[in-house]
Amino acid sequence: MRRSGMSRRKLLETTAFAAGAVVAAPYIRHSYAAGKLTLGVWDHWVPGANNTLTKLCNEWGEKNKVEVNIDYITSQGDKDILTASAEAQAGAGHDIMSHRAWQIQVHRRVLEPLDEVVKNLIAKAGPISPVAEYLAKADGKWFGIPTSIGSQVKPCCSRLDLYKQHCGLDLTKIFPANPNRDPKLVDSWNWDLYLKTAEQLFKAGFPVGLPMGQTSDAVDSTGAMFRAFGSVMVDEKDNIKVDSNETRMALEYFKKLMPFNPPEVYAWDDAGNNRWLISGKGAGIMNPPSAWAVAKRDNLKVAEQCWTHDMPRGPAGRFVGQLPFFYGLWSFSRNKPAGKELLQFLSEKEQSRQLVEASVGYDLPSFKSYYDFDTWQKVEPPSGTVYNYPPRGDEQPSITGYPARPDVATQIYNQSIHTIMVAKVCQGNEPIDQVIKWAKGELEGLLRA
Amino acid sequence: MVDVARRYPLGGDAFAAPAAATRPRESMRRFLRRRSTIALLMCFPLIAIVVGLIIYPAFYSIYLSMLNKAQTRFIGLGNFEYLLRRDTFWMVVQQSAIFALTAVFFKALIGLVTAHLVNNLPSKGQRKWRGMLLVPWVIPLALSTLGWWWLFDPTHSAFNWLIKGFGGNDIPWLSNPYWARFSVILVNVWYGAPFFLIMYLAALKSVPEQLYEAAEIDGANAWQRFVHITLPMMRNIIAITVLFSLIVTFANFDIVQIMTAGGPRNMTHVFATYAFLLGIRSGDLPLGAAVSLFMFPILAISALFILRGVRKRGREIG
Repeated sequence: MRRSGMSRRKLLETTAFAAGAVVAAPYIRHSYAAGKLTLGVWDHWVPGANNTLTKLCNEWGEKNKVEVNIDYITSQGDKDILTASAEAQAGAGHDIMSHRAWQIQVHRRVLEPLDEVVKNLIAKAGPISPVAEYLAKADGKWFGIPTSIGSQVKPCCSRLDLYKQHCGLDLTKIFPANPNRDPKLVDSWNWDLYLKTAEQLFKAGFPVGLPMGQTSDAVDSTGAMFRAFGSVMVDEKDNIKVDSNETRMALEYFKKLMPFNPPEVYAWDDAGNNRWLISGKGAGIMNPPSAWAVAKRDNLKVAEQCWTHDMPRGPAGRFVGQLPFFYGLWSFSRNKPAGKELLQFLSEKEQSRQLVEASVGYDLPSFKSYYDFDTWQKVEPPSGTVYNYPPRGDEQPSITGYPARPDVATQIYNQSIHTIMVAKVCQGNEPIDQVIKWAKGELEGLLRA
Repeated sequence: MVDVARRYPLGGDAFAAPAAATRPRESMRRFLRRRSTIALLMCFPLIAIVVGLIIYPAFYSIYLSMLNKAQTRFIGLGNFEYLLRRDTFWMVVQQSAIFALTAVFFKALIGLVTAHLVNNLPSKGQRKWRGMLLVPWVIPLALSTLGWWWLFDPTHSAFNWLIKGFGGNDIPWLSNPYWARFSVILVNVWYGAPFFLIMYLAALKSVPEQLYEAAEIDGANAWQRFVHITLPMMRNIIAITVLFSLIVTFANFDIVQIMTAGGPRNMTHVFATYAFLLGIRSGDLPLGAAVSLFMFPILAISALFILRGVRKRGREIG
């Protein structure tokens, strides 16, 4: 009698064929890609800040009949950088991607020029930050749009009560929450005073915390400190300038300052200084308002005493570490016109205002004309806590690695030459000359094409 | 009857292949029905994964490592020559060797000791002990490393809290370079020792009991039995597990990246994390590829020597 139905052999054959076909068959993309945009965006430190960007993108998408999808990607473990690198190599992925600091220069060969968008923005909003221009422009073309989201500077964030009690210093008088600063008082806030107060706070049991690891918080603020002493690693003409009196002065200063920091600063990641301040153990860090924003949620007593203010002044000026973020449009994007329009929309003043508000003042636009947003006056406690977050007065934004050409400066930044030099001198007790010699050797290698 | 007549016509060889079977369709059907063909098709997804995720990236890395930073021209071994001239790179080589050799030694030692302890337990209780001791290996590594990182956290270390509770001082687990090296090796040993335990336990169970009985009768003590029976019988397994672990430990990325990201002062970098720093963070993918490929000749030579020993012993036994 003949059995009906499939035999075991037949079933195996069919299954094997089907599995092979599924794996071997090419992926066919459907034609509705023209109406879609995907964004890979940095996942904000400030709780709830992502929601405003999602809302803005949805509103724009509905109005323009474009389906917008956003993936929020953390910078912890450099996941955002890794994702961008993978997409650049593969030639596939999101349409628009967040890039921080040097990553526009790293990926410029696969990014779409955005000159017309930037020109339109400059025409409406005025000049753009020179640091943003240095990082996003190559061969005379703009390859990234500076965004307010994530763009930050790292000024001092100090505990008013501890500075008053142990140093006799009222930071609200030196850096009030209004434009009426006393130039003499501002001028008195220099690195010598910072060192003196650091010692007083250390002896009181509430040290300041300057991260000295190999993450961006450490590199940004340390680079700004070196610049305040006039130290340059490599100039714009590829001349190695690290072996200078200015560098020695900077390292001598750190040698005096670092013993007044907790020893664990050499292991801090980008959240280490935040946790230090929020725990109530620290008197001051150098950070955007994320630490204050989380303290507001988790330790209100600390948040109420946080005051963001300018960096100390050095012999060469007052510099604050800046970390701009950019949006780049991949050259392999299938929806470039819509991508450019969305980027234009998100960078305009009203949208920037909403984004800055959602970040409780963390986000710093690259157009100085946007510094009149009232967020920095409004957020509290205490009232005016982040008024001095945008660089006002003589404070100048600085990016570590400047003024070397971007290909070299990227390496100086990402290989943490500055912080390693400081750690070698202060933790490793290596002679300054030996450390400078080491740095020179490293920089020579970085100049290779 | 009719079917039989059709299949085996009179005057013809009953077992000769009928002329119809030489048609392409029939031979294709027979080809597809063969066990080896079906097996190949069933393995095809795995083969595709191996080719796509291991073999292709390996060859692509070799190609990448021979390009300049901008990936616009071929420079041969230029990246490798550059690395050989860098002090930092030689520091990474040294650190990778310290990390791999120390971690593998302690993993093997702990695995051997715990295998003996577990083997000597009554068989009723062995299963639960085996299960508990396997837990470190079973938890996803990134997750367990995060747990360890919290235990070592510079500001809120649970270990330091306990130490301070007993009147001691904080230990700079991750901020001092030498303690940081200790910490990453410790986590690697914690994670990898169960693998050695399970391999050595299986090897111990395969050693014939009569050998131990005979040795006891001859008056051998426990140490002599261990040195003259257990170790020689386990030598091949020890060699293979050490080789496997050396390869995996040299290529370790997760533990170092999560715990220290290569710091402080680049003093915990291993090949994989240094390749990540150069290739991904600094945007020099060809140089990063060159760093990661450096492991290959070291590991290939180690594998050659170890497997040669294994084959030699296999021939002696055979």
